[in-house]
Amino acid sequence: MDVLAALGHGFLVALEPSKLFFALIGVFLGTAVGVLPGIGPALTVALLLPVTFKLDPTGSIIMFAGIYYGGMYGGSTTAILINAPGESASLATALEGNKMAKAGRGGPALATAAIGSFVAGTFATIGLAFLAPWLVEVAVKFGPWDYFALMVLAFVTVSATFGDSPLRGLTSLALGLVLGLVGIDKLTGAARMSFGVPELLDGVEITTLAVGLFAVGEALFVVSKRHKGDDVIQPIKGSLWMTREDWRRSWGPWLRGTLFGFPIGALPAGGAEVPTFLSYSTEKRLCKHPEEWGKGAIEGVAGPEAANNASAAGTLVPLLTLGLPTSATAAIMLAGFQQYGLNPGPLLFAEKPDLVWGLIASLFIANAMLLIINLPLVGLWVRLLAIPQPWLYAGILVFAAMGTMAAKASVVELSMLFAFGFLGFLMRRYDYPVAPMVVGLILGPMAEQQLRRALQISLGDPVVLIENPISATLLAIAAVALLAPFAMQGLNKFKANED
Amino acid sequence: MNEAAKSRVPVIVGLALIVIAAVIYWDASSITRGVNYGMGPQVIPEVIAGFVAVLGAAHLVVGFRGGFEVETDELDPTAIGWIVFGLVFLIASIPLGVGFIIAMTVLFAATARAFGRRALATDVAIGFVTGVVIYLVFTKLLTLGLPQGPLERLIG
Repeated sequence: MDVLAALGHGFLVALEPSKLFFALIGVFLGTAVGVLPGIGPALTVALLLPVTFKLDPTGSIIMFAGIYYGGMYGGSTTAILINAPGESASLATALEGNKMAKAGRGGPALATAAIGSFVAGTFATIGLAFLAPWLVEVAVKFGPWDYFALMVLAFVTVSATFGDSPLRGLTSLALGLVLGLVGIDKLTGAARMSFGVPELLDGVEITTLAVGLFAVGEALFVVSKRHKGDDVIQPIKGSLWMTREDWRRSWGPWLRGTLFGFPIGALPAGGAEVPTFLSYSTEKRLCKHPEEWGKGAIEGVAGPEAANNASAAGTLVPLLTLGLPTSATAAIMLAGFQQYGLNPGPLLFAEKPDLVWGLIASLFIANAMLLIINLPLVGLWVRLLAIPQPWLYAGILVFAAMGTMAAKASVVELSMLFAFGFLGFLMRRYDYPVAPMVVGLILGPMAEQQLRRALQISLGDPVVLIENPISATLLAIAAVALLAPFAMQGLNKFKANED
Repeated sequence: MNEAAKSRVPVIVGLALIVIAAVIYWDASSITRGVNYGMGPQVIPEVIAGFVAVLGAAHLVVGFRGGFEVETDELDPTAIGWIVFGLVFLIASIPLGVGFIIAMTVLFAATARAFGRRALATDVAIGFVTGVVIYLVFTKLLTLGLPQGPLERLIG
């Protein structure tokens, strides 16, 4: 019953007019950036961090969460109508969704995506509300060694397990860890990787890295292959209302999608791609109309969209209870908390219940808002897709520069923005994922602190990491997750040789 | 061309990673501050240097064993050049002291040009108005500082 009381109190906070206003701005911005190709929720929150520096923390964080949820809704619209998923989480939706739109069933596709997102988002947020306090009680007992092991596990799962190429994922992570070294060591005051440049003593700003990789890198990447064909926008055909048959075929995939998305998001398993593709393949197997797959089966939209939104809510579980980000957006939201001097984790639940429960309550509200602004107003969002590409990217770069200029207008900072942009371009071109780098930059220094704290407590004895059952288990899982893809590659090679 | 790029990319990345590892190691070994017990500030950089070096070596191995699939589409150097120009002007705007609004105008127009627009006057105008609006919102509404030049001092 504690949860209900806390949640009720959270609703009192979230229903304050100013908080509702922040939530509304968040969901509007989130939907817009989700719809627009080239920018996602991670970039938007990164751009807004310097802008919101002086605003109310609770309101700003409610807005960031609204952007996160909104981006998930908006992404599906683009995936369905132009087959150009705004972010990787919408890849699975695009497969059947775009086929439905081409077959004149764009309306029901958008509807099942939006309602499925609402159903999944609501159930997953209930899951978050009940799981979080329980996890907080577990996390209170965590020692620094446990936190360190948890972060190592997050490093591995974010970069290695689910990427196409573990080598490229780990390389991206390593670059993030290297950037995390830059600056003054918090425990001893020694300057590291600063090369005598005073601006580098403060370390690398996560917003500069994210904006460089996501905004500048994306613009360079898109412009470098501009001569390729344009995307075709499918007009919305068919009623937005789903038929009785559509409802009958959608509700199962929605619920199953939620069951895939929430736990996978909540475990430090990284990303929304895995649950969406798991949901896609499950629905394909269970479907009673196998002949429709590849031509626009509604289950192929309903399931992955639900999984997508549920995993977004799931990602907030480790973020809020442990301070552990498992996606690029979560990493930037963590930076958002930190800019107000707030550290997500068990203490935050005890010290700032208003903020935490207000945030959770606002997620329910944001979901309801998103359902309304995405279904009747879908025509408005589609018009965003008509913005000419030159203006869209010119605008993105201006906003990117604006954020950096407001935070730290120095030659060093802007040069870093430029360098990270070029790096992001090369990484996109050669298929290196960029999210592990962002996670590495923010988690690397935290992991180092926890490790060194653990070794101070144990007087330098590293056995402390494996004599505690929790940290030992987590490290073992991390080792398996790290080695499994390589082992499987070896097996495949073996099989290929036999043939 | 395609086959050569497949191994060239991992070899270049591998060499770059090994150079980065060497720089980290060199930087860590120049740290003199120590701790009485536990881990000094140089240990984690050394571990990360080792990790980066291993990844570099792995790239070299991949490269010499045939490489991996890479994008070999032709680049559009003029388009990239325009964006680079916009960004370099942005960096130079700080020492030149031209201010936020002009930097934004140039960045907007150069990027639009990179994406194939030819209507320079229109784009300059849009970039300028965007710059002014952002400047006013930031300094008046959000009370955040932005770099000032002659124009910014004029609006106050």
